[in-house]
Amino acid sequence: MAIYKLKEFKIKWGMVIDLDKCTGCGACMISCQAENNMAPMPDATDKLYSMTWMLVYRLSNGKPFPDHDIAYLPRPCVQCGNPNCVPVCPVIATTKDEEGGIVSQISPRCIGCRYCMAACPYRARYFNWHDPVWPQGMEKTLTPFTSTRPRGVVEKCHYCHHRFKAAKEKARYDGRDPNKLDEDDYTTACAQNCPTGAITFGDLMNPEHKVAKLAKSPYAFRLLERLGTDPQLYYMSKREWVRRQGDNYLEHEPTKGV
Amino acid sequence: MIDKEWLPEGVERCSFGKFMVWIGFLGVFVLLGVYASYVVWSTGLITTGLNNYFAFGLWIVFDLAVIALGAGAFFSGFLTYILRIDQLKNIINLAVIVGFVCYSGAMIILTLEVGQPLRAWFGYWHPNVHSMLTEVIFCITCYLIVLIIEFIPIILENRKLNKIRFLHHLAHNFHVYMPLFAGIGTFLSFFHQGSLGGMYGVLFSQPFAYREHFFIWPWTFFLFIASAIASGPAFTMLVATMMEKITGRKLVDFKTKALLGKIAGSLLCFYLFFKILDTWYWATDTLPKMGLTFSQLYNEVYGTWLLWFELGLCGVIPAIMLIVPKFRNQPGLLYLGAFLACVGVVVNRFVFTVQTLAHPVMPFDTWTVYVPAWTEWMTCIEVTAYCILIISLSYRYLPVFPQERKLNS
Repeated sequence: MAIYKLKEFKIKWGMVIDLDKCTGCGACMISCQAENNMAPMPDATDKLYSMTWMLVYRLSNGKPFPDHDIAYLPRPCVQCGNPNCVPVCPVIATTKDEEGGIVSQISPRCIGCRYCMAACPYRARYFNWHDPVWPQGMEKTLTPFTSTRPRGVVEKCHYCHHRFKAAKEKARYDGRDPNKLDEDDYTTACAQNCPTGAITFGDLMNPEHKVAKLAKSPYAFRLLERLGTDPQLYYMSKREWVRRQGDNYLEHEPTKGV
Repeated sequence: MIDKEWLPEGVERCSFGKFMVWIGFLGVFVLLGVYASYVVWSTGLITTGLNNYFAFGLWIVFDLAVIALGAGAFFSGFLTYILRIDQLKNIINLAVIVGFVCYSGAMIILTLEVGQPLRAWFGYWHPNVHSMLTEVIFCITCYLIVLIIEFIPIILENRKLNKIRFLHHLAHNFHVYMPLFAGIGTFLSFFHQGSLGGMYGVLFSQPFAYREHFFIWPWTFFLFIASAIASGPAFTMLVATMMEKITGRKLVDFKTKALLGKIAGSLLCFYLFFKILDTWYWATDTLPKMGLTFSQLYNEVYGTWLLWFELGLCGVIPAIMLIVPKFRNQPGLLYLGAFLACVGVVVNRFVFTVQTLAHPVMPFDTWTVYVPAWTEWMTCIEVTAYCILIISLSYRYLPVFPQERKLNS
C-alpha cells in the first residue's frame, strides 16, 4: 500500500498497552504533559485545540445494558515503522532515524504547515494553537531536559526521547554498551506512572524485553494495521469487539486473535 | 479626466472619479482583510476555524482553487507561444494578469496559513526531496517570478511609460524572450499543479485521498494537472466576459472565446474520463483493501451528493456544453459551461482538502465538520478584492486587449 519502503532498525522501541487493564484514569496523559513541558491549555477539555500527546479514547461495544461494555484506549504517537508524516514534511522537521525507530520532531525547524497532521490517521500530531504560558510559579516545575515549543509548530509524542538519551549516557558512564539497554534503563513517563501496569515499554527487537513477547501474543493488535503504517505500538485485549475496533474490518472479515 | 494621458490610445474608459469610487469599494475589502491578517499574525491560528482535526481548511481550498483557475496563464502561454495558436494572442495578456493575481493571491494566503511564516524560507534551506510540498514550494515561488517577468512588458507598454526609450526597448526585448518564459512557466506549472494533487494522493493513511501510483506519482498528480488546464482557460474566458459586462465594451471576439471553450471542453472530457476511472478503481479496489466501503467515506454533511455535483453537474454537463459546437456557439451556454467547469474544480479541491480530514479513519473516531472563521473568510475576500483591483488597474491603464479598439469602433 505504502509508497516508501520500510526501514528496519536494530533497536525498535515499542509499547504494548493492555486494554483489559486500562481503567481510563488519565494518569498517562497527565504524566506525559508534566514530563514534556506542556503548558496548561485555556480549555483542556476542548479536544479540538487541546495539547495531549497521549489521548485516552473511550471505546464502546454499542450494545444496550446489560451487555454494554466499554474499554479505554490510550493513544500516544504509534511511532509508525512506515510513517506517512515523515515523507510529506517539506523541511525535514520530522524524521525516523536510528534512535530506536522513534519518529522525532524538530521544533525549531517546523514551519507549521501541518501537512504531517493531515497525513496522520491517528490524529497523534498536535499544533500549538496557543502561546505556551505557565501560571506564575509553575514555570519552576518545568523539566530542563525537554525544550518548550512556541506557538505555530506541530508537536507529538516521542517516547520521552530525553529519557532515552539519559539512559544511554548512564550506560556509558557505567561502562555498559549504550546500544544494549536493559528493560528498566529506559521507560516513558506514561508507562512509569500507569497505576494498573497496563503500559509495557521496551525494545521490540530484543527477545529479553517483555514487549517483544507481548507483541507476539494472539491478543495483540495494532491500530489501522492494513494501511501499512506498521506501528511500534501494540494493543492487547482478550475481548474480540475491542480488537475489532483496532482496524476497519468489513462485516464478513474475521479479526486477528483467538 | 486627470489620468487621460495614461490611458491606452483610442479606447474609452469611465471617469476618474467613478473609477476611484470602484477602487475605494475594493479597497474597503482589502483593508478589512488586512485587519483580519493582522489578527491572525498577532494572535495565531487559534482565531481561525482550523483545529486539531482540520489542519487544512478554507485557505488551502482557496489556494488550490485559484491556482487551478490561474492555470489559464501557463496553458494559454503554452498554446500561444509554443504551439503557436495565434488566435489566443487576443486574450494572452489577460491570461497572464489573471495568472499573476491568482498566484500572488495564493502566496498572500500562504503567509497566513503557515504557523511560522518567518520560517517559510526553510523550504529552500532544509528541503525534503521526498515531499510533494517541497516541489510545490519550489515551483510556485519560481513560477510567480516567471509570471512577474511576463507581466512586466504589459506594464511597460503603458502609453506614458512606453514613451521612455529605454522602457520601450526593454518591453520589446521581454517580448522577444517570452516563448522562453512561456516554456519555463509551462514546465514549472505542470509540476506544481501535479504536486498539489500528489500532496493528497501520497497520503497512504488517509483513505479518502490516497490513490495508487505510477512510479512515484499518484493518479491525483495527473488528475490535478488535467483539471487545472481544463478549467484555467475557461476561467480566463469568464473573466474577460465579466469585464465586458461591467465595462459595457467588447474586449475579446466571440470566436476566441469559443476557441477557449473548445480547448476547455476537450480537456475536461479527457480529465473526466480518467477521473471517473480513478473514482471507480478507488471505490472498488483501494477502499476494500483498507477495510472500507464507498458509503463509509460519505456522511450526511459531506455526502455523495458532492461527488455527483462535482462529476455530473459540474463535470459531464459542462463538458458536453463546451465540446458540442451547437451548444458552445451559443454565448449563454458557453458561459454557463465554463462557469460549471470552474465550480467543478473548486468542489474537487474542497473535497480533497476537507472531506479527507473530516472522515474518521480510526473506527472509534467520529466525523467532524469544518466551519471557517471570519478571519479565513475575510482574508479570502481580501485576496479576491486584491485580484479584482489589479485587473481593474490593468484594464484601465494597460493595453490588455489588442482587439478592443477594433471591436468597439
